[in-house]
Amino acid sequence: MTYIAKPKFHHPALPKNALGYTHRDYEGKVSTLCAGCGHDSITGAIVSACFELAIEPHRVAKISGIGCSSKTPDYFLSQSHGFNSVHGRMPSVLTGANIANRALIYLGVSGDGDSASIGFGQFAHSIRRGVNMVYIVENNGVYGLTKGQFSATADAGSKSKRGVVNTDSSIDMVQMALQLGATFVARSFSGDKAQLVPIIKAAIEHEGAAFIDVISPCVAFNNHAGSTKSFDHVREHNEAVNRLDFITGQAPITVEQEPGTVQIVEQHDGSRLALRKLAGDYDIRDRMAAMNFLQEHAAKGQVVTGLIFVDPDPIDLHERLNTVPQPLRSLSEKDLCPGAAALEAINSSLR
Amino acid sequence: MPRASVNDFVVRFANVNGSGSASANELFARSVLRMGVPVASRNIFPSNIQGLPTWYEVRVTEAGHLGARGGVDLMVAMNPQTWDADVASIEPGGYLFYDSTKPIPPSKFRDDITVIGVPLTAICNREYTDPRQRQLFKNIIYLGALTALLDIEVAGVESLIGQQFKGKEKLIKPNLHALKLGRDYALENFSCPIGLRVHRADAVGDRIFIEGNAAAALGAVYGGATVCAWYPITPSTSLAEAFTAYCQRMRVDKETGRNRYAVLQAEDELASIGVVIGAGWNGARAFTTTAGPGISLMAEFIGLAYFAEIPAVIFDVQRAGPSTGMPTRTQQCDIMACAYASHGDTKHVLLIPENPTEAFEFSALAFDLADRLQTPIFVMLDLEIAMNHHLSRPLAWDDARVYDRGKVMSAEELEAGREFGRYLDIDGDGIPYRTYPGAHPTKGAFFTRGSSHDQYARYTEDGAAYVDNMQRLLRKFDTARDLVPAPVRHDAEQPTRHGVIYYGSTAPAMDEAIDMLRTEGGHLDMLRVRGFPFHAEVAGFIAEHDLVFVVEQNRDAQLRSLIVNECGIDPARLVPILHYDGTPITARFIASAIGERLDARKVTPLRKVGA
Repeated sequence: MTYIAKPKFHHPALPKNALGYTHRDYEGKVSTLCAGCGHDSITGAIVSACFELAIEPHRVAKISGIGCSSKTPDYFLSQSHGFNSVHGRMPSVLTGANIANRALIYLGVSGDGDSASIGFGQFAHSIRRGVNMVYIVENNGVYGLTKGQFSATADAGSKSKRGVVNTDSSIDMVQMALQLGATFVARSFSGDKAQLVPIIKAAIEHEGAAFIDVISPCVAFNNHAGSTKSFDHVREHNEAVNRLDFITGQAPITVEQEPGTVQIVEQHDGSRLALRKLAGDYDIRDRMAAMNFLQEHAAKGQVVTGLIFVDPDPIDLHERLNTVPQPLRSLSEKDLCPGAAALEAINSSLR
Repeated sequence: MPRASVNDFVVRFANVNGSGSASANELFARSVLRMGVPVASRNIFPSNIQGLPTWYEVRVTEAGHLGARGGVDLMVAMNPQTWDADVASIEPGGYLFYDSTKPIPPSKFRDDITVIGVPLTAICNREYTDPRQRQLFKNIIYLGALTALLDIEVAGVESLIGQQFKGKEKLIKPNLHALKLGRDYALENFSCPIGLRVHRADAVGDRIFIEGNAAAALGAVYGGATVCAWYPITPSTSLAEAFTAYCQRMRVDKETGRNRYAVLQAEDELASIGVVIGAGWNGARAFTTTAGPGISLMAEFIGLAYFAEIPAVIFDVQRAGPSTGMPTRTQQCDIMACAYASHGDTKHVLLIPENPTEAFEFSALAFDLADRLQTPIFVMLDLEIAMNHHLSRPLAWDDARVYDRGKVMSAEELEAGREFGRYLDIDGDGIPYRTYPGAHPTKGAFFTRGSSHDQYARYTEDGAAYVDNMQRLLRKFDTARDLVPAPVRHDAEQPTRHGVIYYGSTAPAMDEAIDMLRTEGGHLDMLRVRGFPFHAEVAGFIAEHDLVFVVEQNRDAQLRSLIVNECGIDPARLVPILHYDGTPITARFIASAIGERLDARKVTPLRKVGA
């Protein structure tokens, strides 16, 4: 999608991760999105998260639907297989890919048109099945590629660039994900990389359906006064519930905070989340409280961000399907074909 | 005169849906098979769970005519709702078996048939107190009476009952008792057997009695499918359910209890095909099962799989359309919808089995072809094949068979520096190489997309690159021509300028119709089409004949249109013979329709008379 070749050349002193890769090894092609697009910041956050976690890029499968957001997998992790599928159907394609090979990391990238409108059903069902994935919605409340129509996440009463007021209720993907049983739910803001990167890292380590709604202003069609998805509006109404520090393995926790304000959550894979609480006694393991908290703040016009809910011991789709530990796609004739003798026994039973 | 026939008659059971008659009726069919006499059985059932009329037809046919015949020689009329039509459908001289507990006015019968009344309800009420038992055993009682009336060996029925209730032994005795009640009543009250009778023969051989959906499901198990994503829809549901059941038996790791398969009941057909495409992209053998409405819903995804070149197997169990149509009636009406599914220029590979045995074979083959051709493969079943038991060749598997995983570039090849372009035609057959996600740390990754792409999977709107790719897809389709099952040809005993093309479940009726036509002096060469794209032999066959009939079970002569379109044939050469009322096509229909046209051609044209 790009006409400009991206130079591979980089400064020799660039920091390297445990694999010996630099930040540049996690990049992709040059973005063709508008200058200043929130989505490019999310791309940057994904690159940082994967670099910091020292993930082997080829162990990631990046899958998207259709739309501006769905173009972005071309702009990060060029050594990963990518799949830009059809509009609203990323969740089913990702689910199938995940069933075929449970050994990879699945990163689903979608937008608010892709996931809250045409693909609302697939979003819901992939979440309720507990597919082990990171599901990122790059949420700008607007259809960018078709030039500025409202999406289903646009707030009632918000104004389009042409001055039209949205009269329909909006869909809060975070509330939906909570209701549907997502075991990791977060919201962030493309303009807050410090918040977003650790959330993505924690989501990657989460062994279940991890959903992240990222408010990502559209500089071309939804960044004006009267929009509730503009940079200014989100900054003014951002209500962060916590600050997350993501700690892998057994590294000591060095969060400098007053005692009692840090919540440590250990995930199934051993990774630990250190949460600096910003909102009173908010407990991220309480799904019902999270839903109430969101409703209350939404009523006040506030946008709640941060890690909103986590179940540290999720049961993922493969556990539910009781599949063998090795990837299904690696099974051979020996594992799969019952053979001629078994077929003859079946024949006999049918006479 | 009452009809008299040994091993050649049709029995039809008229029942109420949900009354438990299905298993008794199937026992009847199997009892005849046990005597070495072939049967062709069919369910005629409504889209309903309980209460509506349902019929089960058994054609007893030592000659082995497995198509529907039409007409009824013995009606077992157990459903008052359909009494009048059922009685009217009996052939003159035929027999009517009914429950005589309640008196039925003489005007409700016919003079030209033999009436056999057995007080089934009275017997049941006398023997049983539980209402459900009264209902279920009534079916076994009429089965018992039929064994006496038709001279069916009762020992065979008894052993079948023993088999059916294996593991539930306490049910065997009461069933045998009910069987005896009916049999004894018939022996005491009627002169047994009647004119219709079953006589032991040796015409079944090693054939098996199996439903097409079960056979296709076994093909998927043997063909190495690991992922099934589906959404319930008649008549395809029992395929996914049979796959699940066979996997539970044969695909569970004995040590760990873990499954070497995954079955996902999706939220709709779009998700089903999406899961299949995701799994196929990631290297697993995956399939979905659906019917016409599902194909319509899947169309966008099918185009993606075609253009992005992702293996997928789709079982389309056809039913009468359009729209919801007649969900429980058979047709061959999705040929066009599948051959050209999705927007833009698309063409798809179709495999068209004639019976359960071919359903098994083509099912297993479909997974090899999907991997080889990297495209969706449609297995075109229909309700007639899928949801009826058919007497079919035994299923066979060669243990030396290796799955053809197609052109997959390995990590070693990538490491050795072999050139990889996802859509690069290295071998000239239009089929490119692919890599599985995660294959190699630095080589072989590519970006799959439904938007236009060049040989290296890069987005492009360059016209020349687009055309180059579309032409390669045509080359690939041409490669498929010789990979799909070739047509099967049977020539008439004497040279003829007339041919007939047919496919799928029409086969048994066609075979019988050919015999009927021959006895009237009509000779035709036959070609059974088994796949699309069409093998060169299809056009060759048409070229050899002046006139070719194309027999199909749809209104619009879909296969004929496909032949005209794809082989560039003059439509006047192809005469459509169409049966599409939702019942399976019969030999009588085909022989009569073709016979009329052949007769018409024999009439000397008026111009010549005047000359």
